[in-house]
Amino acid sequence: MTSAALDVDSVRADFPILKQQIHGRPLVYLDSGASAQKPEVVIQAVSDYYRRDHSNVHRAVHTLSQRATAAYEAVREKVCTLLNAARTSEIIYVSGTTAAINLVAQTYGRANLSVGSEVLVTEMEHHANIVPWQIACELSGATLKVVPFHDNGVLDLEQYRTMLSDDTRIVAVTHISNTLGTINPMTEMIRLAHDAGAVVLVDGAQAVPHMTVDVQALDCDFYAFSAHKLYGPTGFGILYGKESLLEAMPPWQGGGDMIKQVRFAQTTYNDLPYKFEAGTPHIAGAVGLGAAIDYVSGHGLGQIAAHERALLNYAQAQASAVSGLQVFGTAPDKAAVLSFELDGIHAHDVGTVLDHEGIAVRAGHHCAMPVMEHFGVAATVRASFGMYNNYDDVDALFAGIARTKDLMSA
Amino acid sequence: MTDLRELYQAVILDHNRNPRNFRMAQCHNHKAQGVNPLCGDEVQIYLQLNEAGIIEDISFQGRGCAISTASASIMTETLKGRSADEADTYFSAFHQLVTGEGGRAAAELDFSKLDVLGGVAAYPARVKCATLAWHTVQAALHQNNEKITTE
Repeated sequence: MTSAALDVDSVRADFPILKQQIHGRPLVYLDSGASAQKPEVVIQAVSDYYRRDHSNVHRAVHTLSQRATAAYEAVREKVCTLLNAARTSEIIYVSGTTAAINLVAQTYGRANLSVGSEVLVTEMEHHANIVPWQIACELSGATLKVVPFHDNGVLDLEQYRTMLSDDTRIVAVTHISNTLGTINPMTEMIRLAHDAGAVVLVDGAQAVPHMTVDVQALDCDFYAFSAHKLYGPTGFGILYGKESLLEAMPPWQGGGDMIKQVRFAQTTYNDLPYKFEAGTPHIAGAVGLGAAIDYVSGHGLGQIAAHERALLNYAQAQASAVSGLQVFGTAPDKAAVLSFELDGIHAHDVGTVLDHEGIAVRAGHHCAMPVMEHFGVAATVRASFGMYNNYDDVDALFAGIARTKDLMSA
Repeated sequence: MTDLRELYQAVILDHNRNPRNFRMAQCHNHKAQGVNPLCGDEVQIYLQLNEAGIIEDISFQGRGCAISTASASIMTETLKGRSADEADTYFSAFHQLVTGEGGRAAAELDFSKLDVLGGVAAYPARVKCATLAWHTVQAALHQNNEKITTE
């Protein structure tokens, strides 16, 4: 890791997609919370893999299969280091955060939930950390409980303490809210859950690109993230799980690669992590994630977080000066997300005008409808920052907001 | 900004701020709810159809962007006093207008108010906003009390 501040100009030069114009204006990409753009090294790694090394993994003795397998498995080491996991057997390749959470809900959840037991989620979860638990609860007869948040976007820890009980089996919570930017106090929440005898799944989709994550220090039981939000390919992600839990869990999807021996009388499942990796995986996705981890680690997640925090402070200061602009989510501990509403102007109209100015933001419910309901709005505008954003991007956003207000009030 | 003004014309902004027939019809025998799950917009349509199949009253409630609100408002003004069959004809002509698939609407149709939404054709992502209320009217007329979605 480097200790110097992030060189944003050089970072920007690494992302080919940023060198284009949208509607005649330079692209200002403020939607990294939905999906981050890809640096040249990631694009090149995926391309090189397909041009030189592609074959199926774990299948054949020929050279290409060995190359593909080596490249694919080397990424498990990189992920292990990124998350500070104890061993690579705890790193399960999946298609993304959503698949990771569904895997845990359908295996650990169904094996450990029953009538009378409870799952705790929070009011600020992404739909991907709500619906899998609703399904698991419906199938098992367990009850889903929702920990509320305060109006500033800070989770109600008093309520959380009260809601934890002997009946709590699983706590599923986001590390960073995709809509509010709130960084939840994971260490404390995990300790409290463990005291109550529950396991904790952390949705790290928004956290891994923006902060250093240490699963051993957190002592979380499961941790999920997606490659595409970490400047890697879409369709690939990681489930970290403690080995003892993963060993005890039944497999989820059956197929090739997840077995040792298949007989019609009885099939023997493969060891970790392969027990949970049925079928031909997204090999290029893994390779791309490996390149993305190298890229991000080379710049330092601490430096990236500091840069994004400075951008957020700059944006929040400007936001507070705009009349009729309300920010949703003002937690003191907050990551690079600015969700807001302009008085009397629907988020979609804001999104269209900003797009016309070359500015990409998300307008909608951000797959977090309960958060919208909390504030009584149908939709918000969300600007989310990545390592390549600079102060000019923030200035462009607020110039665009001023133009939106002019246009819509005419 | 000139072509954005094509989308957000003054008439549209006026209908957005002061939507016409924005109420629950006192008397209605058909209704439907439409939602756009992508953005969370929703609209309820209330229709009073008489024995001759004429829309005697039409109104709407809900929340949405300027395009969907103005489109619903203008739609109620256009459809009031017309038959259910005419509503179908208007919908297909309107759909062609906002998707840019047709030319000008047939001369016998009164598009004097609807034409203002023609700017939507340049914004494919917003077609769903403009057609949400129309889809909901279809549901109200043909599958009463159904909840419809534009996704």
